[in-house]
Amino acid sequence: MKMISRFGLGLLLSSSVLTAHAEDVKIGMITTLSGGGSHLGVDVRDGFMLALEQSGRDDVEVLIQDDANRPDLARSLANEFMQRDEVDILTGIIWSNLAMAVVPTVTRQGTFYLSPNAGPSDLAGRMCHENYFNVAYQNDNLHGAMGAYMREQGYERPIIMAPNYPAGTDALAGFKHLYEGEVVGELYTQMGQTDYAAEIAQIRDSDADSLFFFLPGGMGISFMKQWESSGVDMPIFGAAFSFDEILIKAVGSAAIGARNTSLWAYDLENEANDRFVEGFQAAYDRMPTLYAAQGYDTANLILSALETAHPDDKDAFREALRAADFDSVRGEFRFGPNQHPIQDIYVREVVEGDDGEPTNRLIGVAIEDIQDVYYEQCEM
Amino acid sequence: MSVTLLIEQLLNGVQLGTMLFLMASGLTLVFGVMGLINLAHGSFYMVGAYATAAVTASTGSFLIGLAAGMTAAALVGALVELLIIRRLYHRPHLDQVLATFALILIFSEGTRWLFGSSPLWLSPPSWLTGFVTLPGETRYPIYRLMLIGVGVAIAIGLYLLISRTRLGMRIRAGESDREMIGALGVNIAKLYTVVFALGAALAGLAGALVGALQSVQVGMGEPVLILAFVVIVIGGIGSIKGALFGALLVGIVDTLGRVYLPLFFQTFMPPSEATGVGSSLAAMLIYILMAVILAFKPKGLFAAND
Amino acid sequence: MTNTTSLSKNAAPATHAESHFDRKGLVQMILLGLLLLLPVAAYFLGHTYYVNLASRVTIIAMAAVGLNLAIGYGGMVSFGHAAYFGLGGYVAGISAYHAFDMTPFMSWPFSVPGSDSLLVVWLAAVVLCALLALAIGAISLRTTGVYFIMITLAFAQMIYYFANSWPTYGGQDGLPIYIRNTLPLVDSSDALTYFLICFTGLVLAMAITSRLMKSRFGAALTMARLNDVRLATAGVSPYPIRLVAFVISAAITGLAGALYADLNGFVSPSMLSWHFSGELMVIVILGGVGRLYGPLAGAVLFVMMETFLGGITEYWQLFLGLVLLGVVLFAKHGVMGWLAGSERNE
Repeated sequence: MKMISRFGLGLLLSSSVLTAHAEDVKIGMITTLSGGGSHLGVDVRDGFMLALEQSGRDDVEVLIQDDANRPDLARSLANEFMQRDEVDILTGIIWSNLAMAVVPTVTRQGTFYLSPNAGPSDLAGRMCHENYFNVAYQNDNLHGAMGAYMREQGYERPIIMAPNYPAGTDALAGFKHLYEGEVVGELYTQMGQTDYAAEIAQIRDSDADSLFFFLPGGMGISFMKQWESSGVDMPIFGAAFSFDEILIKAVGSAAIGARNTSLWAYDLENEANDRFVEGFQAAYDRMPTLYAAQGYDTANLILSALETAHPDDKDAFREALRAADFDSVRGEFRFGPNQHPIQDIYVREVVEGDDGEPTNRLIGVAIEDIQDVYYEQCEM
Repeated sequence: MSVTLLIEQLLNGVQLGTMLFLMASGLTLVFGVMGLINLAHGSFYMVGAYATAAVTASTGSFLIGLAAGMTAAALVGALVELLIIRRLYHRPHLDQVLATFALILIFSEGTRWLFGSSPLWLSPPSWLTGFVTLPGETRYPIYRLMLIGVGVAIAIGLYLLISRTRLGMRIRAGESDREMIGALGVNIAKLYTVVFALGAALAGLAGALVGALQSVQVGMGEPVLILAFVVIVIGGIGSIKGALFGALLVGIVDTLGRVYLPLFFQTFMPPSEATGVGSSLAAMLIYILMAVILAFKPKGLFAAND
Repeated sequence: MTNTTSLSKNAAPATHAESHFDRKGLVQMILLGLLLLLPVAAYFLGHTYYVNLASRVTIIAMAAVGLNLAIGYGGMVSFGHAAYFGLGGYVAGISAYHAFDMTPFMSWPFSVPGSDSLLVVWLAAVVLCALLALAIGAISLRTTGVYFIMITLAFAQMIYYFANSWPTYGGQDGLPIYIRNTLPLVDSSDALTYFLICFTGLVLAMAITSRLMKSRFGAALTMARLNDVRLATAGVSPYPIRLVAFVISAAITGLAGALYADLNGFVSPSMLSWHFSGELMVIVILGGVGRLYGPLAGAVLFVMMETFLGGITEYWQLFLGLVLLGVVLFAKHGVMGWLAGSERNE
């Protein structure tokens, strides 16, 4: 794996000295590598680099920078990549709020942006752009799919919970959209909240028959541990963002039995996925998460498009991306008119693995060919 | 709204308060005795949690892990005091803020370097899982009751330490007159190291205990640090009694605010808006509380003789 | 630095002061000159990125100049200046948002339309930040020392949580500014033009600080910091003096925030976070507290470290921490103290 970066003090000379071959492709990756929640960025990066390595191409250069989960820094790095390094493609951002800060200017200036994780609704709808491709999901997808799954499973009185910020309210709206029934209650927690005793008491006090929650990262870990010790007996459901392989190992036994929706599972059977999971474990000695899968797919999409065109020929390259002619690790994959995925969403259950540690097991399909609801607002 | 729910929420508030007290007591001692603002106090909380998680995972015993966590935090605290902090006592608060801000960066990224960016596993031992049934059919987790117990025990222990022992006498002397204890022939340098390590150990204990309920990850100390500062400012900086009172007040107000403010707004607003407005206000509540208290009592509720 | 007032300054040997001024003046001129010339050169060589980087440095420096007035000259250690920086940013963002959508910001009791004019945005940012600082300062200045540090932090946290959860202007997602706000006669969307605007702003902020500190007001503020009892016995109450300085300080930082939002084309609650307040303090201390050019030196160093260390290692914050620690332990008077001698710039 190569991590290339340049020391900028020779600032005025650097680009003339280091001019790359005209046919080479430069990709800039801005991702979160430091601070809390950095395992997402690390996995996107590692999945992406694995795909490049497996392809054996040496004419693709990847520049990687850490955004420290700060929108203004991400914005500045995007400028650096576009204006100083003149990259052809940008990718890597993990968080929706950072994507909103960066993507519109990037695409408007004619650089391609491929999202390996975040999918805010504005970028799928009224702010969509021909140079923006989302290779992961639209933010509502996994929540909506869980709504559909819980309806189908016959849960009639769910209580739902998310942090009080845009992605949280979107998650609950997405859930309700496909659940199509009444929910018993909606709880909004605080961003970064660590103690959920108050919410757990309220959930117990309600007459709900199930709980759906969206608490990404450390919030989900805290909640599930406290949930287990509270003795409330209620099936819990969520999106993969609280149940990736790294998080559930930190949660421990408390996660067992929880069901979650994901666009990918490591035990999904297809050739591309076998190659990915084996390759990832061999290279990094750990189980990949869905973020790694998304990074891997993003790189493979780029590589497939490079077979037909160079990003300098923007129209041809864009067409090649739209075709999505690559073997996705999640099975079938195609783009909708707003260049967001149309894909199956799976259900996984957290079980005790052979080593006694919790792990996800694929148990079915929540919804087939899900497409976001914002594509109609997209004028491209 | 049932009475049992209210009682349970009050217990939750007290439990949050006792853990805040463990953090705040160290912070306030260090400020009272040495006059030092320590932003890196949250890092000891993190060190305690990480050490406990690592040792618990390798030995399988939560208690050994806990002891290791406290020891590690105390040792790291002593080391930091010897190498860096003692150069800062005679510096302005501003320099202390900068240096300890730098320490936060160093500790966070250093921990990530050592342990990686994934959160670590740490759970309460099996003999502390489960719950007890309180009067009124409320079930309350044993672990949380245990946290309250530990918090109370530490509060009593600190009280005895400060009022009954030789070390406590010196701490009290240091709080009222820093120059005088030197004249009394007390080895100030050693006293400072001990007090700093004690504060770090308490923070490490809090981190380890709370880490078993929450997630052990880089940056976990920062939100607690800010809360602990709110606590000591409300209570009056340098006052252990103030820290105890402030911690309970903040814990209870924060917990009840989160539950009851959204419900309150629901009485006259549509539910979805009410929860949004209510939880926004709940997030601001303790800061509003602090501003109001300071507006009327600029030195906190139990101002030490400073 | 002695604790007595103007007498000792006049008593200093003139020759010593002269040579000292030369070294300090030279360092200051080089610093300002490089900040102006490098981006211009970069622009004509076609490296827009460095022009924008320089704008970033300039704006952060300006925010720090504001904070320095409170901390360095007024002795008011504010841990909440991100509130003004963020408010300034949100003024620019919200104004552009309404101008873009052609909806009024307020329709009752009187109609306030959005505006995409930079002059309007700047004026609004300065006025609103001044008002906010007046309210916060009036309460906070009743406290001193650590209490002051913490109460300013508390107010900033309130505003941070409010912005985070208030959905109208994007909440945590923030608010994009699609088209940079405009000025008459010049093209503000041009990188160099915008840099020059920011540069002018910085120089103005420094000039205002300098003039202020040379005035009677400045003397009173200095005295309020050094010995407020003496000021009070001279018949001047330190409270209003401090409050006015605090308000001016916030207004400068707020203006910087508005410039920053337009530079990034984006405003988000992270501009309001306590981390940013901390960084601003770090920049002031890094450069040298209470020195006119300190914030500029601090901002240059800080942004450079942030930018270039980030390219070298993913553990860049660790090294940033080590450098900061080194500065506070071994360079007591900040970078400017180290470059230009240890005397305070008063």
